[in-house]
Amino acid sequence: MHSAQQHPGNSQPLNLLEAINRALLYAMEDDDKVVVFGEDIATNGGVFRATEGLKERFGFRRVMDTPLAENLIAGLAVGMASQGLKPVAEIQFMGFIYATLEQLISHAARLRNRTRGRLGCPLVIRAPFGGGIHAPEHHSESTEALFAHIPGLRVVIPSSSARAYGLLRAAIDCPDPVLFLEPKRLYRLQRLPVELDSDPLPLDRCFTLRAGEDVSLISWGAMIHETLAAADRLAEDGIKAEVIDVATLNPLDRDTLVATASKTGRVVIVHEAPFTGGFGAEIAATLASDALMHLLAPIERVTGHDCPMPDFAMEPQYMPSVERIVAAARRTLEY
Amino acid sequence: MFTSTPYALYQCLPALAADTDWPRLVSGYRHMTLIRTFDKKAVNLQRTGKLGTYASCLGAEAIGTAGGMALHDDDYFVPYYRDHATQYLRGVPLHQILQYWGGDERGNAFPSDTAAARDLPNCVPIATQLPQAAGIATKAKLGREHAAVLATCGDGATSRGDFYETLNVAGVWQLPLVVVVNNNQWAISVPQHLQTASKSIAHKAEAAGIEGLRVDGNDLPALLDVLDYALDKARHGKGATLIEAVSYRLSDHTTADDASRYRKASELHAAWQREPVARLRQALVDADHWDAAREKQWLADCQQQVDAAVDTYLNQPPQAPTDMLDFLYAELPDSLKPQRAALAQQAGGRHA
Repeated sequence: MHSAQQHPGNSQPLNLLEAINRALLYAMEDDDKVVVFGEDIATNGGVFRATEGLKERFGFRRVMDTPLAENLIAGLAVGMASQGLKPVAEIQFMGFIYATLEQLISHAARLRNRTRGRLGCPLVIRAPFGGGIHAPEHHSESTEALFAHIPGLRVVIPSSSARAYGLLRAAIDCPDPVLFLEPKRLYRLQRLPVELDSDPLPLDRCFTLRAGEDVSLISWGAMIHETLAAADRLAEDGIKAEVIDVATLNPLDRDTLVATASKTGRVVIVHEAPFTGGFGAEIAATLASDALMHLLAPIERVTGHDCPMPDFAMEPQYMPSVERIVAAARRTLEY
Repeated sequence: MFTSTPYALYQCLPALAADTDWPRLVSGYRHMTLIRTFDKKAVNLQRTGKLGTYASCLGAEAIGTAGGMALHDDDYFVPYYRDHATQYLRGVPLHQILQYWGGDERGNAFPSDTAAARDLPNCVPIATQLPQAAGIATKAKLGREHAAVLATCGDGATSRGDFYETLNVAGVWQLPLVVVVNNNQWAISVPQHLQTASKSIAHKAEAAGIEGLRVDGNDLPALLDVLDYALDKARHGKGATLIEAVSYRLSDHTTADDASRYRKASELHAAWQREPVARLRQALVDADHWDAAREKQWLADCQQQVDAAVDTYLNQPPQAPTDMLDFLYAELPDSLKPQRAALAQQAGGRHA
């Protein structure tokens, strides 16, 4: 169980990256089973500086630079976690995470099940994901749906500093394996107050960021910001949008999603990832069966296109925009 | 006393030294015979529809037995899937080994009061257990446990990135890890010379900066010497070792394979002349530590133990269908409750 020590200054203004850093710091202070490793994370503090200061604070035995091998990083984490450590491994960018898939699918996500509870796998794999920072090729993907299809693996995506802190603390405490995807476009976007002594957040619940009666806007990660901006735009015309941050894709909080769809009857799902087979499809299918009699319009999905993430020159054309979200919401209202 | 000579094939049989630990070898011989009896029975169970596809350990008895005997209880074992002897010696009951190959996950729930309780279960995706073994070795090193991790794989596994990544990190971090490659010459149908152009598998240690040793995998005393040395080295923080144990897969790859499609009967026949059980028996008989009477009695004991294990295996109650969800997460998430209820109802209906 989480045993929060009292940390000085309960509430601090932090950007999302600093919130991640504090979550790692305090988790390591609270539990000496927590170890952190990955490429460039120790002396360099991570290419985004998410692990800055940890090596100085805890030493190289708990903060380790690994050789450059993502499959190895995931395998190390599985081995450590199987014996009761709480490894928090960083994959430098989601575009390089695919070498970890075999360890995650064939081992991490099924170890507890296939040993009938004898060995658990309480690991956390952190990876920055998503576009919008003009990064090089392979640095801007959002392939979360691939991972949400793995039974036993929790897939968690924060969209604010407070949720980054609370969800990461929860992920590290969690006895299940967690893929923690960090929307890097939000890393340094804004500093907001974070309660450092707050309870960990649930790893199977959506967050209702704004209540409304007219249309439900459902999203996660960095796209929450476009979604909230779209809700503001709609509010100018008197349209009250409910905004849901899914936050945990697996296990999915279907109850909250069905409840909002049943309440408004109109749904727009927003994600950066491509349309076909995107996680929006799972949500749409759930609502089409469980909220069918309440739906007043076809479910809209505002997503990336069915192409590889373009290199950054065409990022603006690829990424869902506030305008596209507003237009989709209006289509549901005019249906 | 074993002194390491990189890459040279180390052998003890047939010329055993006078100061040989005979009781240990007799004990090892008994284990090897028991496992061979078990293995034969398991293949028969598969042939008669009472077991799923099974990976025989015929020809690997010495390697598996040496691993089990050389490990200490507070060491760790990370197997591939031909390690029944080691698993048995770590404390996994024979009926549970059958249960695993019988398609039942409860076979991996090793008894909590044995050394096996901490060991990883069989690993089917080739070589993927090796980075995990490095992770466990890291944990042992960070905790200053003075414990070693023994991981096994086959010769095919040494072509995978996992293998190289593991040796590499074991070198950089000076991990208390021993990787034993059971080089049984065949990765299903692909022979050694199509797997690697390396002079030997042990040579693959060179690039990682760790010690690489070759040992006769049909020679129990040699295997014990090498494993004692490497595990002790690991426990004392002196780094990792790659051990190539040269053996021959006397069985098909699994019961689903037919090795006569790709290898010559003459090659198999020649390999039988070097098989590990008969070789050790001969050495023990020659030194007057074993005889026909003891052999007869022990084989009868083995058969009895195996029959009892089969009986226990065949009389296990079925799992609850809801088990497929109940062990997935530490606590069942709300989102899975409808699926669990459907499974429970399905199960209830079937028994009604």
